[in-house]
Amino acid sequence: MTPDLVLTIFIAGIAAGTTLVFAAVGEIITERSGVLNLGVEGMMLVGAVTGFLVNNQIGQPWIGAIAGVLAGAAMGLVHAVFVVGFKTNQVVTGLALVIFGNGLSGYLGTSVVGEPPPATFDPIALPLLSSIPVLGRILFNQDALVYAGYILVAGAWWFVFRTRPGLNLRSVGESPETADAVGISVVKTRYLAVMCGGGFAGLGGAYLSLAQAPSWVPNLTAGRGWIAIALVIFATWNPLRAALGGYLFGCVEALSFRLQAVGVDIPVFFVSMLPYLFTIAVLVVISRGNLTRRLAAPAALGNSFAREER
Amino acid sequence: MSRASAPIRPRLVKRLVPSRSMRIGVRAGAVVCAFILAAIFLLLTGRSVGTIFGAMWDGSFGSPYGQAQTILAAIPLIFTGLAVAIAFRMRLWNIGAEGQFYLGAFGATAVAYAIPTAPAFILLPLMILGGMVGGGAWAFVPGILRARLGVNEIVPSLLLNYVGILLVDYMVHGPWSDPQSFGFPLGKPFSDSATLPTLGDTAVHAGAIVAILAALAISLVLSRTVWGYRVRVIGENARAANYAGFSIARNVVAIMLLSGALAGVGGMVEVSGVVHKIQANISPGFGYTGIIVATLARFSPLAVVPIALLFGALIVAGNELQTVGLPSDIVLMLQAVILLFALAGELFVQYRVQWRPGSSSSAAPAIPSEPERQAAASASPSIEAG
Amino acid sequence: MIPVVELRGIVKRFPGVVANHNADLVLENGEVHALLGENGAGKTTLMSILAGIYRPDAGTILLDGGPVSFRTPGHAIEAGIGMVHQHFRLVQPFTVAENVLLGAERRFAASRSSTDQRVSELGESYGLKVDPSARVWQLSAGEQQRVGILKALFREARILILDEPTAVLTPQEATRLFETLRKMAEEGRTVVFISHKLDEVMAVADRISVLRGGEKIASVTRSETDKRALARLMVGHDVSSKTQRADSSAAGVCLEVRGLDALGDRGLQVLHGIDLEVRRGEVLGVAGVSGNGQRELTEVIAGIRRPSAGTVEMEGVDLTDVSPAQRIRSGLAYVPEDRLGMGLVGSMDCVSNVMLKLSGDRRFTRGPFVNSGAAEKLTHRLVDAFDVKTPSINAPVRLMSGGNIQKLLLARELSSEPKLLVASQPTAGLDVAAAQAVHDIILEERAKGVGILLISEDLDELLSLSDRILVMYEGNVMGTIDGDDAGREKIGLMMAGTHTDMEAAS
Repeated sequence: MTPDLVLTIFIAGIAAGTTLVFAAVGEIITERSGVLNLGVEGMMLVGAVTGFLVNNQIGQPWIGAIAGVLAGAAMGLVHAVFVVGFKTNQVVTGLALVIFGNGLSGYLGTSVVGEPPPATFDPIALPLLSSIPVLGRILFNQDALVYAGYILVAGAWWFVFRTRPGLNLRSVGESPETADAVGISVVKTRYLAVMCGGGFAGLGGAYLSLAQAPSWVPNLTAGRGWIAIALVIFATWNPLRAALGGYLFGCVEALSFRLQAVGVDIPVFFVSMLPYLFTIAVLVVISRGNLTRRLAAPAALGNSFAREER
Repeated sequence: MSRASAPIRPRLVKRLVPSRSMRIGVRAGAVVCAFILAAIFLLLTGRSVGTIFGAMWDGSFGSPYGQAQTILAAIPLIFTGLAVAIAFRMRLWNIGAEGQFYLGAFGATAVAYAIPTAPAFILLPLMILGGMVGGGAWAFVPGILRARLGVNEIVPSLLLNYVGILLVDYMVHGPWSDPQSFGFPLGKPFSDSATLPTLGDTAVHAGAIVAILAALAISLVLSRTVWGYRVRVIGENARAANYAGFSIARNVVAIMLLSGALAGVGGMVEVSGVVHKIQANISPGFGYTGIIVATLARFSPLAVVPIALLFGALIVAGNELQTVGLPSDIVLMLQAVILLFALAGELFVQYRVQWRPGSSSSAAPAIPSEPERQAAASASPSIEAG
Repeated sequence: MIPVVELRGIVKRFPGVVANHNADLVLENGEVHALLGENGAGKTTLMSILAGIYRPDAGTILLDGGPVSFRTPGHAIEAGIGMVHQHFRLVQPFTVAENVLLGAERRFAASRSSTDQRVSELGESYGLKVDPSARVWQLSAGEQQRVGILKALFREARILILDEPTAVLTPQEATRLFETLRKMAEEGRTVVFISHKLDEVMAVADRISVLRGGEKIASVTRSETDKRALARLMVGHDVSSKTQRADSSAAGVCLEVRGLDALGDRGLQVLHGIDLEVRRGEVLGVAGVSGNGQRELTEVIAGIRRPSAGTVEMEGVDLTDVSPAQRIRSGLAYVPEDRLGMGLVGSMDCVSNVMLKLSGDRRFTRGPFVNSGAAEKLTHRLVDAFDVKTPSINAPVRLMSGGNIQKLLLARELSSEPKLLVASQPTAGLDVAAAQAVHDIILEERAKGVGILLISEDLDELLSLSDRILVMYEGNVMGTIDGDDAGREKIGLMMAGTHTDMEAAS
């Protein structure tokens, strides 16, 4: 493997990881409020197709990305209406949204399958930073959304662990009864958190269709939403660790598609399996620290809240 | 803080026993509402609702051919629905039925290609076995991870779907590819003894009988056997099961094996009864639709059968849509919306809506009547539990 | 003078129960007001309504003479009402300071040191010392209670409600709490003190309101009443005499535990070298503030939790590495503290619950199938013998009352004619009559020669039933005292971790 190829893999890995980082950070915010959102995959798909369609219409990838965020947030709102408002089972509701998002994105994208987008996000070398040897080329010669990712990760960490609304968010996920008893609105917090998570997932999808691999095909995300959910566990609900894991997964993805370039001759089908198998392997490895991980999980994750229940 | 005489607002009161009539009504209502929503959606996108719904009806229930197609689509759904349902009775989410279905098809095909000349009465049972082994092996992975390492089964079982589909893709592009398929990802046609017989002169194959027998058998095992009793106890209250000395880890693996085997038989009957060969994309999401079927059946094995028929009809109707120039994706959305509405409706099964300020007349009797208690006694786990 | 709070005709229904029925209550400024009643009398519900957690189905709340309606607990807090719940309602992974400030902090982002200092100062001014940077899950129950009180004080509560505050305290800690409450009342606050214990009500309250069946029966001034009168008001009739304990000379050793160590749910060591023995026909009581290793001890004995060191022997047979199922077959009966969470399956009927430990028994199976006829017959027999009141043996057990649930659980555990009965908090949450029935059952088993390990937080219960009492503190055995000379004082000191030089230290 030449040093150049390694560098290419890392550069592509950061880009591939950005999709996962957006989705995983969003899911962390959602789960910190005690709501499990398994619909990430569906929200990413809807975000991806919306972003792509909008960009196709007006040729403005930024507006496309924002449209992707809004579409994801709208899906998040649907999830919240069901699991918070109607107190439905969070697992099934999430699965229903995956299926729904799959259908909706397929339906909306029928006419644009395989069409090239009029404009995409292109790499921008950051002055000074990009001239750092090696790291500069990997981290600071990327497109604008990758940089937005860096900022959002740091911002999410600061918000969750260092601010009052972040404390309130965590209290709702740990003990909604306690939060409720001190006057924090469990319902409002959860609605906002789930919509925020959906918006992040939509952004992740839009990044995929506008920057990472600018195109639309049905089921474009191919399980990345699920990998993001696994990342949340890997990250023990911490955005910084989710970023680390996301970029690592991105590098694995980038590596697997260049295996043939380094002379590994295995059929493409097996290469495509690697990210999924790697994810399962990671879940197995981290299960050894099971106790600490279980304690890190928001205690009320997956439970609906009703004040007058007894 | 607000002073007295607040506006009248609704409030939820948990029912002591879930309302059974409400439950049936909610499911019917969910289907109706989903279709109304679909009609609005179609109108907004400028389609003719009448034509489309007409085509859907004709394709699924409206003709003898359509009815046979509906039953054919329902058969694999019964198997995947049963797979999800039995796993959930132990509060396990096997959302890998899609992959297990593919592996079942894989296992059955391996048998069919290995001994194509064996007589049907030997080959078909061996193919079923091959399907069970394939599906079971695929479900064993999340099962053992959950039992031994405490890894939640949802993500591993789901991710293995992609791996299973890719494995079958590889086989039909490579080792099993039919030289006469002109590059299409198809396997060689099965021998006659490897295809399931049809029932009478219909297009429906014998897998229909296997499916109904499977539903009956699972129902019997759960409700009447000692093992079924233990599975139910583990599902309802794992701490009590542990306290009573039941091995949860061993039963988790056993249930996942059974669940995967059921989905695997689904894959077997599909290749042996309908496709008559292996090919890519043998499933339009039977494994995922199975989750919806099982949930709407409230994880009752017998209720899976009629609900699988309804969803079989939807899948067939979706294929019909392509003939009128609509993507079949709309059926996926319809399936999801039916499920969502049914889930939302569960609120009214579990809770009573009370309008404040409540007067004593609006409240139900404090103590449930005898028939209500009886109904509760026979009620199976609710959608909410999880 | 206008009372600070007046509740008029409060009605509150829950599915299946009427918790409050036309309840009235008047609270004055600067008083400690005890709310006395049996378990299930509706005390907690009534106060939860005042604290905005539940909304009443009917009735009015007057605050300073004006009607109010709280739609959320936040509204009640703004009005100056704070409640310290029995289970404290604290966020376990948060620090003390984070818990105290939760929902009351106004700044968007505040540094940890400044918030810690504010909480520390508040604690010192009331003599409620806690480490503001400690995580709540690391604190003892008594310390958590202090955090709960600080939370209310930080929000400037003028009406402070404490729900059964002494349940988690040693007698000495309780006395100290009473002093704090009195001080608060002298400052002009109103303190409501929920309890079912006559002694402490008489010790701390200015006025006492008695609740029975969801209704207020009477409000009296402490100086004008006595314990006997209060007991009659509380139960509705004269209280029958105490449990009679027949003398039985204890025989050979039934259970022997040696050097037991075990880890808790959080991976920390919670049992440190526990030694104990229970003889046949003996009740060994285990006293201690909850959370000092009692639950883990019973779980290790039942085989549900693995010990990290030490041995468990029953009737001379080593059970340390034996499965729970094997222990059950060897004659171990276990009534866990969490009845519906562990002992029974709430959504299943009586028959299925009676079968829980018999599903491997040939008498109740036919090949792979359950012999439902035999199971129903046994259930009928047990329901009759233990006087379990249920509408039908096919109704889910969660619909039964707490007393009947406990009787069914005891019936099942005793139906196997065990050699050892481990009973954890067997009367917690039961009314007087049901508790009495459970006591009678335990003493009957003792008379039959069954060895009984009784874990309880109720010292009175332990003193009246136990032959010997063992005291646990932070996973250690502090000592064992004979039931006859077991002074409350001495037990209380040991519960707080003080070693007393006793003859029984041998």
